[in-house]
Amino acid sequence: MGEHNIRNFTINFGPQHPAAHGVLRLVLELDGEVVERVDPHIGLLHRGTEKLIEYKTYIQANPYFDRLDYVAPMNQEHAYCLAVEKLLGIEVPRRAQLIRVLFSEIGRLLSHLLNVTTQAMDVGALTPPLWGFEEREKLMIFYERISGSRMHANYFRPGGVNMDIQPELIDDIEAFCDPFLKVLDDLDTLVMGSRIFKQRNVDIGTITLDDCWKWGFSGVIVRSCGVAWDLRKSQPYECYEEMEFDIPVGLNGDNYDRQVIRMEEMRQSVRIMRQCLDKLRAPDGQGPVNTLDGKIAPPSRKDMKRSMEALIHHFKLYTEGFHVPAGEVYAAVEAPKGEFGVYLVSDGTNKPYRCHVRAPGFAHLQGMDFMCRGHMLADVAGVLGSLDIVFGEVDR
Amino acid sequence: MSAELQALSDHIASSLGEVIEDRAIAYDELTLVARTEEIVRVVSFLRDDPQCRFVCFIDICGADYPAREKRFDVVYHFLAPHHNRRIRVKVQTDEVTPVPSLIDLFPAANWFERETYDMYGVLFSGHPDLRRLLTDYGFEGHPLRKDFPMTGYVEVRYDDGQGRVVYEPVKLNQEFRNFDFLSPWEGTDYVLPGDEKAKA
Repeated sequence: MGEHNIRNFTINFGPQHPAAHGVLRLVLELDGEVVERVDPHIGLLHRGTEKLIEYKTYIQANPYFDRLDYVAPMNQEHAYCLAVEKLLGIEVPRRAQLIRVLFSEIGRLLSHLLNVTTQAMDVGALTPPLWGFEEREKLMIFYERISGSRMHANYFRPGGVNMDIQPELIDDIEAFCDPFLKVLDDLDTLVMGSRIFKQRNVDIGTITLDDCWKWGFSGVIVRSCGVAWDLRKSQPYECYEEMEFDIPVGLNGDNYDRQVIRMEEMRQSVRIMRQCLDKLRAPDGQGPVNTLDGKIAPPSRKDMKRSMEALIHHFKLYTEGFHVPAGEVYAAVEAPKGEFGVYLVSDGTNKPYRCHVRAPGFAHLQGMDFMCRGHMLADVAGVLGSLDIVFGEVDR
Repeated sequence: MSAELQALSDHIASSLGEVIEDRAIAYDELTLVARTEEIVRVVSFLRDDPQCRFVCFIDICGADYPAREKRFDVVYHFLAPHHNRRIRVKVQTDEVTPVPSLIDLFPAANWFERETYDMYGVLFSGHPDLRRLLTDYGFEGHPLRKDFPMTGYVEVRYDDGQGRVVYEPVKLNQEFRNFDFLSPWEGTDYVLPGDEKAKA
C-alpha cells in the first residue's frame, strides 16, 4: 500500500447552522477531526447601526440599541443612556435608577437563561431550551407590560425611563421570583449535573487570565478565570452601590465554569431584583421616573393638554431633539455578555457625531481561533456556545 | 478621582515626553493624543509601567473629521483592572498614512483594526491580515466616512432569471430625507438661505 496523500480539510461551518447561534460562517481547517485554524467570517447581519445613528437625533438613536444584543435589549439602551447623560451632566431620579436596575437584571436573566439552556442543546440535549424559553416568556411579558413591547423596548431614555412602573407589575415580578429559583434548582440538577454535559464541557475551551486581558474579554469569561471583576461592583453605575449581591467566580476558565457562573449569576440577579422591588415600594423610592428638565425629557400627556410650554417642549423634542454639549465620553455597563460600551462623540448639535458600540461578543468571537485550536470539531459548537455570542451585537 | 487622573496624566507625560502631543481630562476620563508613529511605544508603556498597567484591551475605533488635514482619529480605549482606571489614546492620520498596528502587544487588536480599516479605510502597518471584516465580500468604499452617503451606492437582490444575487445601483423611490432641525432660535450659527448676503 502506498503512502496516503494526507492534507488538511477545510470546511464551512454555517452560515446556516443551528449551533452557530445566528449567522456565523466559520471556515475551519481540520486535520482529521482536530481543529487547526478557525477563521470566523462575520458581518452577515451588519446593518450599519453606527452610520444610522449619526443621522438620527439622540432620542431616535435609542431603539437601535435594542437591536444589538436582542436577547437582553434594555442593557444596551442602558449604556447609551449613561453616555448621553454623562455628556448632558444630568442626574437620574432615584425611582428611575431602581427601575433601570430591575430591568437590567431581568435582561441578565433573559440572556443567561437562553445561553445556559442552548449550551445544553449544543452538546446534545434537546429539551432544556424549552424549559428556558418558558421562563423567558414570562420575563418578556414583564417587558411588554412596562414598555409595550416584548423585545425592542425603547424603555430607558436619556434622563430616566419612559413610564412609571405599576404596583401590580411590582407584585407580579415579586411573585415570579420564588418559583423561578425553583426552576433554577431544577436546571442545576438536570443540566449542570448531567454527566454528558460535564463530559462535553469540563476542561474544554480553557483560557488563562492573562489571555483574557489581552484579548479584551470581559464579563463571565474573565470571572471564569477566578477574578471578581464586575463593573457593577468595580465601577458602580446607577444604584448598584447600595445593592447587596455576590460575584461568582470560576477556577478553571473552561466552558463548564462559565455556565456554572451564569447559573449563579441568575440567582444573584433575583436577589438584586428583590431588593429593587422592596425599594420601589418604600417611601424614598417614590417620585418622578424621568428628569424634570423639560428640555430633555418629554412632558406628560396630561400636561400637554393644558400647558403651552409643555406642548412647545414636546414639539421641539420630537422634531429637533435636544442638543448635547460637545465632547466625547465612553460609558460601559456590565451587560450579560460582558462589558458593553458606548463611545459617543458630540459636536454640540442634536445628532451624535460618532457613536461607536463596543460589543463584548465581538472581542469574544475573535478569540475563537486560539480557543479552538487543538480541540475536536464537535467542541467548536461548545466553545462558541459558552462565549455567549449574539450576532446582533457582533455585526452591528 | 480627577486629582488621581491628573497625577497619572503628569506621570505619563513626564515619562514619554514629546510623544504625547496633548492630554485632557473631561468627564472624569483621561484622553491622550499621541504621535501616530509612536503609538506602539505609548501603548507598551501604558501596559507595562507599574503605575499605569493598562493591561486590558477594550476598544479601537475610528472617527472621521473631513475638515481636518489629517482627517481620521483612531481612538484606543484601555482598562487597568488593578487600578480600576480607564484611558483613551487618540492618534490622527489620513487616507494614506498607515498607523502602526498594536497586534504584537494585544492580539485583540486584530479584528478591531480590521473593522477600522473596513469602515474608514485607515491603514495599519504590520497587520498580517488587513481584510474587510463587516461589509460584504467585494464591497467598495468605506461606509462610516462622512462623505459616504447613508443610502450607499449599490443594492442587492436575487435574480431569478440568472439564478444568482445581482448588484445594482441604488434606486430610491424617494430621496433620503435628512431634515435639518437645527433651530435658528437658540444661538446656533445656522445660516438660513439668503442670510449670507447680509454679512457680506
